[in-house]
Amino acid sequence: MISKILIAAAEGEAAPNPLLPASYDLLWSSVVFVILLAFFWFKVLPNFKKTLDARTEAIEGRLEAAEKAQAEAAAKTANIEAEQAEARAEASKIREEARAEGAVILAELKEQAASEAARLTATAKAQIEAERQAALISLRAEVGSLAIDLASSVVGASLKNDKVASGVVDQFLADLEASDKAGKKN
Amino acid sequence: MEFYPEILAFEGTPFALNRIMLIRLLVLSLLVVVFWLWTRKFQQANKTKTFVPGKFQLMGEISLNFVRKSIAHDQLGEKDGDRFLPLLTTIFFVTLGMNITGIIPGLNIAGTSVIGLPIVMALAAYVTFIYAGIKKHGVGFFKASLFPAGVPPAFYILVTPIELLSTFILRPVTLALRLTMNMIAGHLLLVLCFSATQFFLFNAEGAFKLFGAGTFVFGFAFTLFELLVAFLQAYVFTLLTTVYIQLALSDEH
Repeated sequence: MISKILIAAAEGEAAPNPLLPASYDLLWSSVVFVILLAFFWFKVLPNFKKTLDARTEAIEGRLEAAEKAQAEAAAKTANIEAEQAEARAEASKIREEARAEGAVILAELKEQAASEAARLTATAKAQIEAERQAALISLRAEVGSLAIDLASSVVGASLKNDKVASGVVDQFLADLEASDKAGKKN
Repeated sequence: MEFYPEILAFEGTPFALNRIMLIRLLVLSLLVVVFWLWTRKFQQANKTKTFVPGKFQLMGEISLNFVRKSIAHDQLGEKDGDRFLPLLTTIFFVTLGMNITGIIPGLNIAGTSVIGLPIVMALAAYVTFIYAGIKKHGVGFFKASLFPAGVPPAFYILVTPIELLSTFILRPVTLALRLTMNMIAGHLLLVLCFSATQFFLFNAEGAFKLFGAGTFVFGFAFTLFELLVAFLQAYVFTLLTTVYIQLALSDEH
Protein backbone atom coordinates (compact mmCIF):
# COMPACT_ATOMS: atom_id res chain seq x y z
CA MET A 1 0.00 0.00 0.00
CA ILE A 2 2.74 2.36 0.98
CA SER A 3 4.57 1.55 -2.21
CA LYS A 4 1.40 2.14 -4.19
CA ILE A 5 0.91 5.51 -2.54
CA LEU A 6 4.52 6.33 -3.23
CA ILE A 7 4.11 5.33 -6.83
CA ALA A 8 0.90 7.31 -7.10
CA ALA A 9 2.59 10.28 -5.49
CA ALA A 10 5.53 9.91 -7.79
CA GLU A 11 3.26 9.84 -10.77
CA GLY A 12 1.57 12.96 -9.44
CA GLU A 13 -1.75 11.13 -9.51
CA ALA A 14 -4.06 12.70 -6.98
CA ALA A 15 -5.72 10.15 -4.70
CA PRO A 16 -9.53 10.35 -5.10
CA ASN A 17 -11.36 12.33 -2.48
CA PRO A 18 -12.93 9.74 -0.10
CA LEU A 19 -15.89 12.06 0.46
CA LEU A 20 -17.00 12.08 -3.15
CA PRO A 21 -18.71 8.91 -4.23
CA ALA A 22 -18.06 7.43 -7.64
CA SER A 23 -21.15 6.82 -9.74
CA TYR A 24 -20.75 3.03 -9.61
CA ASP A 25 -20.35 3.26 -5.83
CA LEU A 26 -23.68 5.01 -5.49
CA LEU A 27 -25.34 2.66 -7.93
CA TRP A 28 -24.29 -0.55 -6.28
CA SER A 29 -25.02 0.89 -2.85
CA SER A 30 -28.52 1.75 -3.95
CA VAL A 31 -29.00 -1.68 -5.48
CA VAL A 32 -27.91 -3.41 -2.27
CA PHE A 33 -29.95 -1.10 -0.09
CA VAL A 34 -33.12 -1.19 -2.15
CA ILE A 35 -33.09 -4.95 -2.54
CA LEU A 36 -32.61 -5.48 1.19
CA LEU A 37 -35.15 -2.83 2.09
CA ALA A 38 -37.76 -4.50 -0.10
CA PHE A 39 -36.75 -7.90 1.21
CA PHE A 40 -37.12 -6.89 4.85
CA TRP A 41 -40.21 -4.82 4.20
CA PHE A 42 -42.27 -7.30 2.26
CA LYS A 43 -40.84 -10.66 3.14
CA VAL A 44 -38.97 -10.92 6.42
CA LEU A 45 -40.76 -8.51 8.74
CA PRO A 46 -44.37 -9.42 7.87
CA ASN A 47 -43.63 -13.07 8.52
CA PHE A 48 -41.74 -12.21 11.66
CA LYS A 49 -44.62 -10.11 12.91
CA LYS A 50 -47.10 -12.84 12.08
CA THR A 51 -45.07 -15.33 14.06
CA LEU A 52 -44.86 -13.03 17.05
CA ASP A 53 -48.55 -12.19 16.89
CA ALA A 54 -49.49 -15.83 16.61
CA ARG A 55 -47.33 -16.61 19.61
CA THR A 56 -48.78 -13.77 21.64
CA GLU A 57 -52.26 -14.92 20.73
CA ALA A 58 -51.46 -18.51 21.61
CA ILE A 59 -49.98 -17.53 24.95
CA GLU A 60 -52.90 -15.27 25.74
CA GLY A 61 -55.35 -17.96 24.64
CA ARG A 62 -53.67 -20.52 26.81
CA LEU A 63 -53.58 -18.19 29.77
CA GLU A 64 -57.26 -17.48 29.30
CA ALA A 65 -58.05 -21.19 29.08
CA ALA A 66 -56.01 -21.84 32.19
CA GLU A 67 -57.82 -19.07 34.03
CA LYS A 68 -61.15 -20.47 32.92
CA ALA A 69 -60.18 -23.94 34.05
CA GLN A 70 -59.07 -22.56 37.37
CA ALA A 71 -62.31 -20.66 37.82
CA GLU A 72 -64.26 -23.80 36.97
CA ALA A 73 -62.28 -25.83 39.44
CA ALA A 74 -62.84 -23.19 42.10
CA ALA A 75 -66.56 -23.18 41.39
CA LYS A 76 -66.64 -26.97 41.59
CA THR A 77 -64.78 -26.93 44.88
CA ALA A 78 -67.19 -24.34 46.24
CA ASN A 79 -70.12 -26.47 45.10
CA ILE A 80 -68.69 -29.55 46.72
CA GLU A 81 -68.02 -27.69 49.93
CA ALA A 82 -71.53 -26.30 49.96
CA GLU A 83 -72.93 -29.77 49.37
CA GLN A 84 -70.80 -31.16 52.13
CA ALA A 85 -71.96 -28.46 54.52
CA GLU A 86 -75.55 -29.17 53.54
CA ALA A 87 -75.07 -32.87 54.05
CA ARG A 88 -73.48 -32.26 57.40
CA ALA A 89 -76.31 -29.99 58.44
CA GLU A 90 -78.86 -32.53 57.31
CA ALA A 91 -77.10 -35.30 59.14
CA SER A 92 -77.03 -33.34 62.36
CA LYS A 93 -80.70 -32.42 61.88
CA ILE A 94 -81.56 -36.07 61.41
CA ARG A 95 -79.54 -36.93 64.49
CA GLU A 96 -81.35 -34.27 66.50
CA GLU A 97 -84.72 -35.50 65.31
CA ALA A 98 -83.81 -39.05 66.09
CA ARG A 99 -82.67 -38.07 69.52
CA ALA A 100 -85.87 -36.15 70.17
CA GLU A 101 -87.98 -38.99 68.80
CA GLY A 102 -86.07 -41.45 70.92
CA ALA A 103 -86.71 -39.33 73.96
CA VAL A 104 -90.41 -39.19 73.14
CA ILE A 105 -90.55 -42.93 72.57
CA LEU A 106 -88.72 -43.55 75.79
CA ALA A 107 -91.07 -41.31 77.69
CA GLU A 108 -94.06 -43.03 76.11
CA LEU A 109 -92.66 -46.41 76.93
CA LYS A 110 -91.97 -45.34 80.45
CA GLU A 111 -95.50 -44.00 80.78
CA GLN A 112 -96.93 -47.17 79.29
CA ALA A 113 -94.87 -49.27 81.62
CA ALA A 114 -95.92 -47.15 84.56
CA SER A 115 -99.57 -47.31 83.64
CA GLU A 116 -99.30 -51.03 82.99
CA ALA A 117 -97.70 -51.46 86.33
CA ALA A 118 -100.39 -49.36 87.96
CA ARG A 119 -103.05 -51.34 86.16
CA LEU A 120 -101.50 -54.61 87.22
CA THR A 121 -101.19 -53.36 90.76
CA ALA A 122 -104.80 -52.23 90.77
CA THR A 123 -106.02 -55.54 89.32
CA ALA A 124 -103.99 -57.46 91.82
CA LYS A 125 -105.31 -55.32 94.68
CA ALA A 126 -108.89 -55.78 93.47
CA GLN A 127 -108.40 -59.50 93.14
CA ILE A 128 -106.84 -59.71 96.53
CA GLU A 129 -109.71 -57.68 97.96
CA ALA A 130 -112.22 -59.93 96.20
CA GLU A 131 -110.49 -63.02 97.43
CA ARG A 132 -110.30 -61.57 100.89
CA GLN A 133 -114.03 -60.79 100.75
CA ALA A 134 -114.76 -64.29 99.48
CA ALA A 135 -112.54 -65.78 102.14
CA LEU A 136 -114.23 -63.59 104.74
CA ILE A 137 -117.67 -64.62 103.64
CA SER A 138 -116.84 -68.29 103.48
CA LEU A 139 -114.97 -67.98 106.72
CA ARG A 140 -117.93 -66.27 108.36
CA ALA A 141 -120.24 -69.01 107.15
CA GLU A 142 -117.91 -71.75 108.19
CA VAL A 143 -117.01 -70.11 111.45
CA GLY A 144 -120.73 -69.77 112.25
CA SER A 145 -121.52 -73.44 111.62
CA LEU A 146 -118.30 -74.56 113.25
CA ALA A 147 -119.04 -72.48 116.30
CA ILE A 148 -122.55 -73.82 116.52
CA ASP A 149 -121.28 -77.33 116.09
CA LEU A 150 -118.74 -76.69 118.75
CA ALA A 151 -121.19 -75.06 121.10
CA SER A 152 -123.76 -77.81 120.48
CA SER A 153 -121.28 -80.42 121.31
CA VAL A 154 -120.18 -78.39 124.38
CA VAL A 155 -123.71 -77.67 125.61
CA GLY A 156 -124.91 -81.04 124.52
CA ALA A 157 -128.06 -79.80 122.95
CA SER A 158 -128.98 -78.69 119.61
CA LEU A 159 -128.90 -75.02 119.33
CA LYS A 160 -129.45 -74.96 115.74
CA ASN A 161 -132.97 -73.69 115.65
CA ASP A 162 -132.71 -71.74 118.77
CA LYS A 163 -133.17 -68.05 118.62
CA VAL A 164 -130.76 -67.47 121.38
CA ALA A 165 -128.16 -69.54 119.72
CA SER A 166 -128.37 -67.61 116.52
CA GLY A 167 -128.23 -64.33 118.49
CA VAL A 168 -125.10 -65.48 120.29
CA VAL A 169 -123.46 -66.44 117.11
CA ASP A 170 -124.23 -63.14 115.52
CA GLN A 171 -122.95 -61.34 118.59
CA PHE A 172 -119.77 -63.33 118.47
CA LEU A 173 -119.20 -62.69 114.85
CA ALA A 174 -119.78 -58.98 115.30
CA ASP A 175 -117.25 -58.95 118.07
CA LEU A 176 -114.87 -60.91 116.00
CA GLU A 177 -115.24 -58.51 113.17
CA ALA A 178 -114.72 -55.53 115.45
CA SER A 179 -111.62 -57.04 116.89
CA ASP A 180 -110.49 -57.96 113.42
CA LYS A 181 -110.93 -54.32 112.31
CA ALA A 182 -109.12 -53.12 115.38
CA GLY A 183 -106.33 -55.59 114.64
CA LYS A 184 -106.09 -54.31 111.12
CA LYS A 185 -105.81 -50.76 112.34
CA ASN A 186 -103.05 -51.81 114.57
CA MET B 1 -5.47 3.23 -2.61
CA GLU B 2 -7.25 0.20 -1.27
CA PHE B 3 -10.53 2.02 -1.14
CA TYR B 4 -10.38 2.37 -4.89
CA PRO B 5 -9.28 -1.01 -6.13
CA GLU B 6 -8.97 -1.66 -9.81
CA ILE B 7 -12.15 -2.02 -11.75
CA LEU B 8 -12.84 -5.62 -12.62
CA ALA B 9 -15.77 -5.27 -14.99
CA PHE B 10 -17.89 -2.71 -16.79
CA GLU B 11 -15.17 -0.11 -16.46
CA GLY B 12 -16.24 3.42 -17.25
CA THR B 13 -19.95 2.72 -16.75
CA PRO B 14 -22.02 3.28 -13.60
CA PHE B 15 -22.12 -0.54 -13.35
CA ALA B 16 -18.39 -0.81 -12.83
CA LEU B 17 -17.50 -3.52 -10.38
CA ASN B 18 -14.46 -3.55 -8.19
CA ARG B 19 -13.50 -5.65 -5.18
CA ILE B 20 -15.52 -3.58 -2.74
CA MET B 21 -18.62 -3.66 -4.93
CA LEU B 22 -18.25 -7.43 -5.16
CA ILE B 23 -17.93 -7.62 -1.39
CA ARG B 24 -21.17 -5.65 -1.13
CA LEU B 25 -22.91 -8.04 -3.46
CA LEU B 26 -21.56 -10.95 -1.45
CA VAL B 27 -22.88 -9.44 1.78
CA LEU B 28 -26.19 -8.77 0.05
CA SER B 29 -26.51 -12.40 -0.96
CA LEU B 30 -25.47 -13.65 2.46
CA LEU B 31 -28.01 -11.41 4.19
CA VAL B 32 -30.71 -12.49 1.79
CA VAL B 33 -29.90 -16.17 2.29
CA VAL B 34 -29.72 -15.98 6.09
CA PHE B 35 -32.87 -13.94 6.48
CA TRP B 36 -34.64 -15.99 3.87
CA LEU B 37 -33.88 -19.11 5.92
CA TRP B 38 -35.18 -17.40 9.03
CA THR B 39 -38.28 -16.25 7.19
CA ARG B 40 -38.87 -19.79 6.05
CA LYS B 41 -38.71 -20.88 9.68
CA PHE B 42 -41.25 -18.23 10.60
CA GLN B 43 -43.54 -19.36 7.82
CA GLN B 44 -43.21 -22.97 8.89
CA ALA B 45 -43.97 -22.01 12.46
CA ASN B 46 -47.02 -20.09 11.30
CA LYS B 47 -48.23 -22.98 9.23
CA THR B 48 -47.67 -25.74 11.76
CA LYS B 49 -48.79 -23.61 14.72
CA THR B 50 -45.62 -24.31 16.65
CA PHE B 51 -45.26 -21.49 19.08
CA VAL B 52 -42.01 -22.61 20.63
CA PRO B 53 -39.13 -21.49 18.43
CA GLY B 54 -36.16 -23.71 17.74
CA LYS B 55 -32.58 -22.58 18.24
CA PHE B 56 -32.15 -21.31 14.71
CA GLN B 57 -35.46 -19.51 14.68
CA LEU B 58 -34.71 -18.02 18.07
CA MET B 59 -31.44 -16.58 16.75
CA GLY B 60 -33.37 -14.85 13.98
CA GLU B 61 -35.94 -13.57 16.45
CA ILE B 62 -33.29 -12.23 18.76
CA SER B 63 -31.56 -10.45 15.87
CA LEU B 64 -34.75 -8.91 14.53
CA ASN B 65 -36.07 -8.13 17.98
CA PHE B 66 -32.89 -6.26 18.80
CA VAL B 67 -33.83 -3.61 16.25
CA ARG B 68 -37.54 -3.95 16.85
CA LYS B 69 -37.59 -3.76 20.62
CA SER B 70 -34.34 -2.17 21.76
CA ILE B 71 -34.30 0.51 19.08
CA ALA B 72 -37.65 1.02 17.38
CA HIS B 73 -40.13 0.35 20.19
CA ASP B 74 -37.96 2.02 22.81
CA GLN B 75 -37.70 5.26 20.88
CA LEU B 76 -40.88 5.41 18.84
CA GLY B 77 -43.34 3.25 20.73
CA GLU B 78 -44.92 0.15 19.26
CA LYS B 79 -47.10 1.76 16.62
CA ASP B 80 -44.63 4.16 15.04
CA GLY B 81 -41.81 1.74 15.72
CA ASP B 82 -43.47 -0.90 13.56
CA ARG B 83 -44.22 1.72 10.92
CA PHE B 84 -40.57 2.57 10.39
CA LEU B 85 -39.23 -0.86 11.22
CA PRO B 86 -38.41 -1.93 7.63
CA LEU B 87 -36.05 1.02 7.14
CA LEU B 88 -34.46 0.62 10.56
CA THR B 89 -33.99 -3.11 10.21
CA THR B 90 -32.48 -2.70 6.76
CA ILE B 91 -30.09 0.04 7.88
CA PHE B 92 -28.98 -1.99 10.87
CA PHE B 93 -28.30 -5.25 9.11
CA VAL B 94 -26.80 -3.66 6.00
CA THR B 95 -24.45 -1.59 8.12
CA LEU B 96 -23.56 -4.49 10.38
CA GLY B 97 -22.99 -6.89 7.50
CA MET B 98 -20.94 -4.41 5.50
CA ASN B 99 -18.89 -3.35 8.54
CA ILE B 100 -18.05 -6.90 9.51
CA THR B 101 -16.33 -7.60 6.22
CA GLY B 102 -13.56 -5.28 7.39
CA ILE B 103 -12.19 -8.00 9.64
CA ILE B 104 -13.12 -11.11 7.67
CA PRO B 105 -9.96 -12.71 6.31
CA GLY B 106 -9.90 -12.62 2.54
CA LEU B 107 -12.31 -9.71 2.34
CA ASN B 108 -10.52 -7.40 4.75
CA ILE B 109 -12.33 -4.25 3.82
CA ALA B 110 -15.66 -2.93 5.01
CA GLY B 111 -18.38 -2.48 2.42
CA THR B 112 -19.17 0.79 4.18
CA SER B 113 -15.64 2.15 3.91
CA VAL B 114 -16.37 3.87 0.62
CA ILE B 115 -18.87 6.62 1.07
CA GLY B 116 -21.51 5.60 -1.45
CA LEU B 117 -23.41 3.20 0.79
CA PRO B 118 -23.37 5.46 3.87
CA ILE B 119 -24.61 8.30 1.66
CA VAL B 120 -27.45 6.17 0.33
CA MET B 121 -28.49 5.12 3.83
CA ALA B 122 -28.12 8.62 5.24
CA LEU B 123 -30.31 9.91 2.41
CA ALA B 124 -32.88 7.24 3.17
CA ALA B 125 -32.84 8.27 6.83
CA TYR B 126 -33.05 11.96 5.84
CA VAL B 127 -35.99 11.45 3.50
CA THR B 128 -37.72 9.27 6.05
CA PHE B 129 -37.54 11.63 8.98
CA ILE B 130 -38.64 14.58 6.86
CA TYR B 131 -41.48 12.44 5.50
CA ALA B 132 -42.42 11.45 9.05
CA GLY B 133 -42.44 15.09 10.13
CA ILE B 134 -44.51 16.32 7.19
CA LYS B 135 -46.96 13.44 7.47
CA LYS B 136 -47.53 14.22 11.12
CA HIS B 137 -47.36 18.02 11.24
CA GLY B 138 -47.58 19.18 7.61
CA VAL B 139 -45.66 22.37 6.89
CA GLY B 140 -45.71 23.01 10.61
CA PHE B 141 -42.89 20.51 10.83
CA PHE B 142 -40.45 22.94 9.16
CA LYS B 143 -41.75 25.82 11.20
CA ALA B 144 -41.37 23.90 14.43
CA SER B 145 -37.91 22.70 13.44
CA LEU B 146 -36.59 26.06 12.33
CA PHE B 147 -38.41 28.27 14.82
CA PRO B 148 -38.37 26.32 18.05
CA ALA B 149 -41.08 27.26 20.51
CA GLY B 150 -40.16 29.11 23.66
CA VAL B 151 -37.37 31.14 22.08
CA PRO B 152 -37.76 34.95 22.08
CA PRO B 153 -38.45 36.06 18.48
CA ALA B 154 -35.31 38.18 18.33
CA PHE B 155 -33.14 35.12 18.81
CA TYR B 156 -34.52 33.48 15.70
CA ILE B 157 -31.91 35.46 13.77
CA LEU B 158 -29.36 33.31 15.51
CA VAL B 159 -31.30 30.13 16.20
CA THR B 160 -32.90 29.56 12.83
CA PRO B 161 -29.70 29.28 10.78
CA ILE B 162 -28.23 26.98 13.43
CA GLU B 163 -31.32 24.79 13.41
CA LEU B 164 -31.36 24.75 9.63
CA LEU B 165 -27.74 23.72 9.53
CA SER B 166 -27.96 21.10 12.26
CA THR B 167 -31.28 19.55 11.34
CA PHE B 168 -31.34 19.59 7.58
CA ILE B 169 -27.69 19.60 6.61
CA LEU B 170 -25.51 18.23 9.35
CA ARG B 171 -27.70 15.30 10.32
CA PRO B 172 -27.35 13.33 7.08
CA VAL B 173 -23.77 14.47 6.56
CA THR B 174 -22.66 13.34 9.99
CA LEU B 175 -24.54 10.07 9.63
CA ALA B 176 -22.67 9.23 6.45
CA LEU B 177 -19.31 10.60 7.51
CA ARG B 178 -19.27 9.02 10.95
CA LEU B 179 -19.77 5.57 9.50
CA THR B 180 -17.35 5.94 6.59
CA MET B 181 -14.59 7.51 8.62
CA ASN B 182 -14.87 4.89 11.34
CA MET B 183 -14.48 2.18 8.76
CA ILE B 184 -11.64 3.93 6.94
CA ALA B 185 -9.80 4.60 10.18
CA GLY B 186 -10.31 1.03 11.32
CA HIS B 187 -9.03 -0.30 8.06
CA LEU B 188 -5.98 1.99 8.15
CA LEU B 189 -5.20 0.90 11.70
CA LEU B 190 -5.35 -2.76 10.79
CA VAL B 191 -3.29 -2.19 7.65
CA LEU B 192 -0.74 -0.27 9.66
CA CYS B 193 -0.44 -2.93 12.34
CA PHE B 194 -0.26 -5.88 10.01
CA SER B 195 1.99 -4.32 7.39
CA ALA B 196 4.30 -3.26 10.22
CA THR B 197 4.25 -6.84 11.47
CA GLN B 198 5.09 -8.03 7.98
CA PHE B 199 7.87 -5.49 7.68
CA PHE B 200 9.43 -6.21 11.06
CA LEU B 201 9.27 -9.98 10.74
CA PHE B 202 10.58 -10.35 7.24
CA ASN B 203 12.44 -7.19 6.31
CA ALA B 204 13.93 -5.94 9.58
CA GLU B 205 17.26 -7.03 10.98
CA GLY B 206 18.01 -8.71 14.33
CA ALA B 207 16.21 -7.44 17.39
CA PHE B 208 13.84 -5.35 15.34
CA LYS B 209 12.05 -8.58 14.46
CA LEU B 210 10.72 -8.52 18.05
CA PHE B 211 8.73 -5.41 17.22
CA GLY B 212 6.79 -7.62 14.85
CA ALA B 213 5.30 -9.53 17.78
CA GLY B 214 4.22 -6.27 19.38
CA THR B 215 2.59 -4.93 16.27
CA PHE B 216 0.88 -8.25 15.70
CA VAL B 217 -0.64 -8.16 19.17
CA PHE B 218 -1.85 -4.66 18.44
CA GLY B 219 -3.25 -5.79 15.12
CA PHE B 220 -5.07 -8.63 16.86
CA ALA B 221 -6.45 -6.30 19.52
CA PHE B 222 -7.60 -3.83 16.89
CA THR B 223 -9.30 -6.62 14.98
CA LEU B 224 -11.41 -7.36 18.05
CA PHE B 225 -11.94 -3.66 18.50
CA GLU B 226 -13.11 -3.39 14.91
CA LEU B 227 -15.67 -6.11 15.61
CA LEU B 228 -17.01 -3.94 18.41
CA VAL B 229 -16.90 -0.85 16.19
CA ALA B 230 -18.71 -2.66 13.41
CA PHE B 231 -21.58 -3.49 15.75
CA LEU B 232 -21.48 -0.14 17.49
CA GLN B 233 -21.58 1.89 14.28
CA ALA B 234 -24.51 -0.16 12.99
CA TYR B 235 -26.27 0.48 16.28
CA VAL B 236 -25.43 4.18 16.29
CA PHE B 237 -26.53 4.72 12.69
CA THR B 238 -29.84 2.97 13.33
CA LEU B 239 -30.40 4.61 16.69
CA LEU B 240 -29.72 8.11 15.32
CA THR B 241 -32.08 7.51 12.42
CA THR B 242 -34.70 6.44 14.96
CA VAL B 243 -34.07 9.47 17.12
CA TYR B 244 -34.39 11.80 14.13
CA ILE B 245 -37.70 10.19 13.24
CA GLN B 246 -38.79 10.44 16.85
CA LEU B 247 -37.87 14.14 16.98
CA ALA B 248 -39.78 14.73 13.76
CA LEU B 249 -42.83 12.96 15.18
CA SER B 250 -42.78 14.58 18.60
CA ASP B 251 -45.14 17.46 19.13
CA GLU B 252 -42.61 19.96 20.41
CA HIS B 253 -39.14 20.49 19.11
